[in-house]
Amino acid sequence: MTTITFTVNNESRTIEAPPMKRLLDVLREDLHLTGAKEGCGEGECGSCSVLMNGELVNSCLVSALQAEGAAITTIEGIAVGQKLHPIQQCFLEKGGAQCGICTPGMILATHHLLEKYPQPTLLQIQEGLAGNLCRCTGYTRIFDAVQAAANQPGKP
Amino acid sequence: MSEPTQPGPLFTVGSSPLRKEGVAKVMGQAKYVDDITLPDMWFGATVRSTIARGRIVSITFDPAIPWHEFTIVTAADIPGENTIVHLTKDHLCLAETHVNHPNEPILLLAHPDRAVLPAAVAGVQITYEELPGVFTIEESEAPDAPAIWEPAPEDALHSQEKNVFKTYLMESGEAASLETIFANAAYIVEGEYRTGAQEQLYIENNGVIAEAFRAEDGSLESVKVQGAMQCPYYLVHALELVFKLPEEKCRVIQTETGGAFGGKEDFPSVIGSHAALLALKSGHPVKICYDRAEDMAGTTKRHPSRSRHRTAVSKDGKILGGEIDFALDGGAYVTLTPVVLSRGTIHAPGPYHWPALRVRAKAMATNLPPHGAFRGFGAPQSIFGTERHMDKIARVVGITPEEMRRRNLLAVGDRTATGQIIHDTVDMQQMLTRALTESGYHAKREEFARTNPTSTIKRGVGFATFLHGAGFTGSGERRLNSLVKMIVDAKTGNPHILVSSTEFGQGTNTILCQVAAEVLGIPYDEVFITQPDTKIVPNSGPTVASRTAMIVGKLVEQTAIKILAALQPYGYEIGNTFEQFKKAAIAYGIEHGDVNVEARYQSPGDIFWDDEAYRGEAYPAYAWAVYVAEVAVDTSTYSATCTDFYALQEVGKVLHPVLAKGQIEGGVAQGIGYALYEKCVWQRGHMANNQMTNYIMPTSADLPPLHVAFEEIPSIHGPFGAKGIGELPMDGPAPAILNAIEAATGIAFTEVPLLPEDIFERMTANGNTGGSEDLNPSIDRDTRVESVA
Repeated sequence: MTTITFTVNNESRTIEAPPMKRLLDVLREDLHLTGAKEGCGEGECGSCSVLMNGELVNSCLVSALQAEGAAITTIEGIAVGQKLHPIQQCFLEKGGAQCGICTPGMILATHHLLEKYPQPTLLQIQEGLAGNLCRCTGYTRIFDAVQAAANQPGKP
Repeated sequence: MSEPTQPGPLFTVGSSPLRKEGVAKVMGQAKYVDDITLPDMWFGATVRSTIARGRIVSITFDPAIPWHEFTIVTAADIPGENTIVHLTKDHLCLAETHVNHPNEPILLLAHPDRAVLPAAVAGVQITYEELPGVFTIEESEAPDAPAIWEPAPEDALHSQEKNVFKTYLMESGEAASLETIFANAAYIVEGEYRTGAQEQLYIENNGVIAEAFRAEDGSLESVKVQGAMQCPYYLVHALELVFKLPEEKCRVIQTETGGAFGGKEDFPSVIGSHAALLALKSGHPVKICYDRAEDMAGTTKRHPSRSRHRTAVSKDGKILGGEIDFALDGGAYVTLTPVVLSRGTIHAPGPYHWPALRVRAKAMATNLPPHGAFRGFGAPQSIFGTERHMDKIARVVGITPEEMRRRNLLAVGDRTATGQIIHDTVDMQQMLTRALTESGYHAKREEFARTNPTSTIKRGVGFATFLHGAGFTGSGERRLNSLVKMIVDAKTGNPHILVSSTEFGQGTNTILCQVAAEVLGIPYDEVFITQPDTKIVPNSGPTVASRTAMIVGKLVEQTAIKILAALQPYGYEIGNTFEQFKKAAIAYGIEHGDVNVEARYQSPGDIFWDDEAYRGEAYPAYAWAVYVAEVAVDTSTYSATCTDFYALQEVGKVLHPVLAKGQIEGGVAQGIGYALYEKCVWQRGHMANNQMTNYIMPTSADLPPLHVAFEEIPSIHGPFGAKGIGELPMDGPAPAILNAIEAATGIAFTEVPLLPEDIFERMTANGNTGGSEDLNPSIDRDTRVESVA
């Protein structure tokens, strides 16, 4: 077991975990933040996406040890209290969430994308979200949600 | 029939209110089964067969593993019957003496620490005496094939032939005169078309948590399973047999479900029974959540198919008669295969008029894991063959694919192949015109004819015309006898809808609340839907077959009408405010308590279906569609890409435009995957590419612009005129895309999925290879094309 100290959603956390425990499991099991989902366990589907020092990572491919000292943002850290973040609001209004299992990762990927490209082109959106699989929507409503969010004040 | 839908402007039906459970989903607060932890919960795992078919000789346990820490369940621990009941009882809950497919469950393990389970599963060594297996339809139907499946002698449901799960014979029109019709036809066009298995690939794998409760004397009292599923009552019925318990002692709760597409229709009966067996023996709640590799290798997929067409055609391209042989690979056990075969059979004729038709359908056993439900349920398979074949007939006759359709499309008042009269005032001729115009089909054809000869990128445009029946086939809805309840809370005045119909992304919660709100004349936000828990909700039937909006929605409408009638004496009528509704509910409550009403499905009097002859009203209503695909085939890399997609459909009243478009776009995306990306690679019955890394579904960068358009002709069968919509979009993309690829390349590919390596083989091969027909349609070697006129 290793002691890991890191910041999760702006809160400093210290946990005891095997050094190679997946960040995904640390978040879900140790910190009870179940918004990040396991879809494939091999970095293909992106439903475990979180932000790590501002970069979008698959938390199933990050070990606890690698998270030492890092600043992690999960879906639970995106809304302000019960008030939805503009990206969340746009996903809700545009039909960007169907079954919802990819949605937390998709919203974090969008957050990351809009940091990089505040007014993304469709191609930038398509490429920016290509690491996050959605089986329900065919992505069209998600693109709509991202474009709507890009035009919101107060984003990302 | 029920009361007619009220006239007048609608205030919530037809608009797009926010998804009921949407806020929880976008906040990451929605609780899927793997997000739930119960006190003292253990974790379960499954020991599976490593071979396709054989006798179990020995089972040994690696002494390095502390087995005393584990709970181990075998078939001997099953208190009731060792079966997962669907239509028959051939499917065992746990293998006993023999295995019939790779990854068949044999033993179950549970342990408090999830992390130790993979090593324990690997520590159970099973030896087998291997028996010969069959892995394709052809191997299964070969006269000298080993008998891998035989029906119980008393089982009337099945054919008595070796390896045959089910056959249907559907004859219509002058089928008895087919020989004469063929003898006198200007053309006889034959073709063979194949489709592969497809993985549902919901992003949330199958998972459940089970609990078993004992009475004071230690005997089993009840079981409870919660998890990802489409059909809570299917699992109830499976548990009844496995645990020898009455229905009311088997409680099932659907948790938020992360995609399903049919993959959580029948399979939860397996994993739910397994977890409950471990819970019973261990004395702990037990969670089983498969990882991706186990889910892909061990659970159901879309049935592979083969369609053989032989069509008699007149000189001017009118269908005179036809024979269609439709075959499915069912996998190792019957499960839902006869029903899938049925839908495939009925959809095989497509939206065309057949003066004479004979469809022979059969489902064969193979030593693959059982194939199961997947959006479309047999129809995408048979429609693929038919729509490819229509383009072939056009080519042989020398008319355009459009003209071929125009001369044969069904019209109002015509009869379908089952003899059903088309009552909906749908005009497929006009829909075809609209679709080809709005998609720019004709202009594109001209443009590509000009540009293709000088380009290494060959572009093409193709389309498919099709229909999809909503609701259970034939007498299915009558047998389901669905029940819906609605309760108005006498304290808050809020109506609550009680159904076993589940939400897994498609919008059940939202549309049913819209329907109730519309009838009651109160805001959508004031109507609630109860989480499906079989202790609380009635059996409104399974959430399958594009039946929820139409069938269950109609029952919700009827309960709401009863609520209105109950509250009217207490001063509420349409046009009043919610405050007045609430006041009336409270006044009613003082005298009677909550308003509590129910509505049961009643078959419309004019619907008749003959299960033996396959004649009559196959479905209460059909959705109709024309899908147009544009493709680019790169002759340097041999990759085919869908570059534009247009989908026009008539689905009755669209209850919620945003959700409806989402259904079509999502279905089209799965259809594009079915056509161009998603290939299950089988090695002796084992799915070799059981990972997202090498089973490729479309990403956001792979899909073309998806243009979705609706026509709305209200149907009397659904609430406010709605029909089914969920499965329809799966049917059209694959044939439209392959028709477009033929237009682009001149190669008539006949199989999906069509991957670059398949295109490479065909384009570089000398002579003909499997999966396509000859480059030059005028020398059609594979098919007998005769001009006898």
